[in-house]
Amino acid sequence: MMEAVATIPPFERFYAEHRDAIFGFLARRLGRPAAEDAFQETFLRALRAYDRLEHGRHLRAWIFTIAARVATDVHRKPSVKLSLGEEEAASEDSRPAYLELEHLADELPPAERAAVVLRYGYDLPYSEIGAALGSSADAARQAASSGIRRLRRKEGLA
Amino acid sequence: MKVSPELDRRFRDAAADAGLLDVAYDMVDTPIGELFVATTEAGLCRISYDPEPERVVENLARTVGTRVLRSARPVDETRRQLAEYFEKQRTEFELDVDLRLAAEFSRRVLDELARVPYGELTTYGELAKRAEHPRAARAVGTVMNRNPIPIVLPCHRVVGASGSLVGYGGGLERKEVLLRLEGAIL
Repeated sequence: MMEAVATIPPFERFYAEHRDAIFGFLARRLGRPAAEDAFQETFLRALRAYDRLEHGRHLRAWIFTIAARVATDVHRKPSVKLSLGEEEAASEDSRPAYLELEHLADELPPAERAAVVLRYGYDLPYSEIGAALGSSADAARQAASSGIRRLRRKEGLA
Repeated sequence: MKVSPELDRRFRDAAADAGLLDVAYDMVDTPIGELFVATTEAGLCRISYDPEPERVVENLARTVGTRVLRSARPVDETRRQLAEYFEKQRTEFELDVDLRLAAEFSRRVLDELARVPYGELTTYGELAKRAEHPRAARAVGTVMNRNPIPIVLPCHRVVGASGSLVGYGGGLERKEVLLRLEGAIL
């Protein structure tokens, strides 16, 4: 039997399901105080885009990609209060790399896209990507490498 | 890592303040039980006795828009007026209502219903007449049964021609409590 098209859940259900994981992710990246602002920003960005979603699949990967982007923005903006640890190294030259990647990865299947962007764009360890995608670190590694293979093939044909 | 209640509330307030919600809702405590109360930018759109608010939330997401979030502040004015009503300090609600969930005929009937004064009773047939469909008493009953905003749109003031209470979406006991509160019955 075909699986029914995943309907988009009410934002309340989506938020309640992912808020703790997203906050944990941001707190590990930014420290708690900065994570609070980033948390609010992440879900406000999600809310702004929510009525344009076309289906309810891969919402977990989607919200983690937004959170990763917000975390990077926080690092870049000195005006935002930060409690920086050794992660200060997220340097400016990482920016074109991930922007380029997000663009390139646009046509990949969502799980591969999220894995590629989180790994090579945001430099997240596979354990965190696995958590973000709701799978294991191994599955995340596989998704990233098959995404990269697919990208190479596409480039090769172009 | 658990989100603290303060951070959670901060986000819910910010979402409502930014005008990003299709529907904001909250639970409101009253003497006749906990009510689910929902509002859009246009006004109050839903009051429900349903003990499983998730069902109402899913329904609103399907019919109004997916951006449905529990958020206390947008519901505060309704909460305040309901509290006054139950303390007999208020006989009329001053709230904008959003009837987008009701069909054309229902809307006409609900408009008439809104004019039935505090403490008074009317009948299904009488309401049908006022909505210019004198033979639609039964259809009016259905509209009452599906009233999206009970209490504020006072379907509890509508009874059978014989004076029997007939029915109520929230259960007959609640209808009786409301009519006693208003002094419409003894």
